[in-house]
Amino acid sequence: MKYAFTAKGESWDSEIDPRLGRTEFILIYDDKKNELSAYSNSEITQQAHGAGPLTVQKIIDLNPDILITGNGPGKNAAEVMSTSEIKIITGAGDMKIKEALEAYKSDKITG
Amino acid sequence: MGSFSYLGKSDLVIADCDVDAADLHMLLGPDYQRSEDYYSGELAILDQDKCINCGACLSVCQFDGIQSENGTFRIEAMNCEGCGYCQRVCPTNAIQMETQKVGEWYTSSSKVGSTMVHAKLGVGAENSGRLVAQVKNEARRHAKKEGKEIILIDGSPGIGCAVNSALSGADYVVFVTEPSVSGIHDLKRVTELVKGFSIRSGCIINKCDLNSQMLDELITFMADAGIEHIASIPYDETFTAAMLEGKTLVEYDKGPASQVLIKSWEKIKQFAETEGCLK
Amino acid sequence: MKIAIASGKGGTGKTTLATSLSSHLSETQDVVLVDLDVEEPNSRLFIRGDQTHSQSICKQVPEWTGDCSLCGQCQEICNFNAVIKVGTQIMLFPELCHSCRACSELCPESALPLKPRKIGMLNQIQAGNLIFVESRLEIGEQQAVPLISQTKDYIDNHFDESYIIIYDSPPGTSCPVIEASKDADFVILVTEPTPFGLYDLKLAVEVMRKMKKDFGVVVNRDGLGNNDVLDYCDMETIPVLARISNDRRIAELYAAGELIFSTIPEFKEQLLLLERSLELSTVVDPV
Repeated sequence: MKYAFTAKGESWDSEIDPRLGRTEFILIYDDKKNELSAYSNSEITQQAHGAGPLTVQKIIDLNPDILITGNGPGKNAAEVMSTSEIKIITGAGDMKIKEALEAYKSDKITG
Repeated sequence: MGSFSYLGKSDLVIADCDVDAADLHMLLGPDYQRSEDYYSGELAILDQDKCINCGACLSVCQFDGIQSENGTFRIEAMNCEGCGYCQRVCPTNAIQMETQKVGEWYTSSSKVGSTMVHAKLGVGAENSGRLVAQVKNEARRHAKKEGKEIILIDGSPGIGCAVNSALSGADYVVFVTEPSVSGIHDLKRVTELVKGFSIRSGCIINKCDLNSQMLDELITFMADAGIEHIASIPYDETFTAAMLEGKTLVEYDKGPASQVLIKSWEKIKQFAETEGCLK
Repeated sequence: MKIAIASGKGGTGKTTLATSLSSHLSETQDVVLVDLDVEEPNSRLFIRGDQTHSQSICKQVPEWTGDCSLCGQCQEICNFNAVIKVGTQIMLFPELCHSCRACSELCPESALPLKPRKIGMLNQIQAGNLIFVESRLEIGEQQAVPLISQTKDYIDNHFDESYIIIYDSPPGTSCPVIEASKDADFVILVTEPTPFGLYDLKLAVEVMRKMKKDFGVVVNRDGLGNNDVLDYCDMETIPVLARISNDRRIAELYAAGELIFSTIPEFKEQLLLLERSLELSTVVDPV
């Protein structure tokens, strides 16, 4: 299973970034390989407008099965998201990455 | 806004998102501890040495950004939309697109010790929702760092992108209006915008004794639209007197208008405490 | 002749002045009042008349034909992130589109033809001898400038130089104000004699000078604050064309949606003064 997280940092102890379009980092966890990779989103956050769709495009290109985030996508980002099969889990806004994953696995946060 | 900021003392973080006409600093005495440039949009720059006067740029520009006089071409900066079309069609690469500094944003300490994030947009700049977003995000960051639960955001008038940006993620919106035909008209428009965000809202009616028929109409509209009536303030020139001294009303005196503001702030704070963080 | 009425700060009295001035002038001349504050078009509330015309105003935005080789050039071309390629689709975000037409015209397969998208409504009203035109931005539309620009095109196409055109411009100093006042022959800046008024007036003056416009100031609610605004205008040799006294009756009339000048003589006096300063009382200035 491949998980994507919107994050404020690059490690398991980093906090979830509640925003999607202007998230600072995108983290990808591949549980088969047990690997966590971090991708900076700064090029997109610097854009004056249209950050939502671009960030979602980037996430789709990374091919996760599930996205765990805080607030969820705005209107335009949601439109782009709907072209994929990625499951979106919201409500992780105050957690650290590893806590968010646990919360999802124990059904404490859902889509 | 000035009075609420003052009443909140150092328990809150202030975000002045009225970046086009930022006046709050005149009441809250920020110290401009930190300043950052704000860049947005691009401007076409023409190198005359490379220009062969073919006019390809002029033929594609939709905005009168290219003007020609006696066969020479120039960019009219005030009209340039920053789309880059001219750059793409120029056969000699005589046009480059450059990012523009269009404003500044600041982090300050206000005269009551709260952190204040504010900005100033340059004249003629695109009224970008992103600068507003930047001010808000910085305010949020400070609130988190300082453990402050309330962020008070001063929004701009209207319904365009800057207002959208100020509203997004807010837990509560306080409208300020007056009992006049314009007040009601504008409130209706902004209410429709807020409906799209599903945020709880309340309204303070300023100059409430200006017109009793309008006041009734306003109160009826608010009730139908589900907007809480926080308070009514009678027409009071002490606001101006306070402003002349660089003071918020609640600093200036303890008159009737001041009392109404103090009570209103208590109501708003109470809501924030029961519903969670005011973002 | 085109006169724009602007202000750095909102709430200074632009609409009060614009509606009264144009109504007063229309008693003797052909006048068109245009409300360019498209986000919050208020002037209509003070104008009594019959609507004679209404039309949708649109901007051109690209629409994907649904069939192309997905080269992705459109995304690369768009400077506003309004076009992106996702999977096997080209997705468009019209509110972000600035209608530059680059993606549409440069698409190697012509897969992005332009289609009109409604951004607002333009309404024309006949109020006695005064012609009133307003445009209202659709709720949810982010950009005011394209609507302001097209409204001005409508005016240019329908009213020749024999008319005095008065633009009630949006408040502030950002691009909607620039767009509204850039082709005016003269700009009237309305302010109030307070610290906020002065601060915002200075910003508005900066804009006017940058645009190299002829401009003057009208002080509204005179007597409310202090003389700093007057001192500033004096120091900067900016003409003060009229001073409207702080009068609660004006606020009450305004609240009720009434035009001021017919009821309050002092106000009418200031309007006459303004008319003379602008040399509008004789035959219209051929520009």
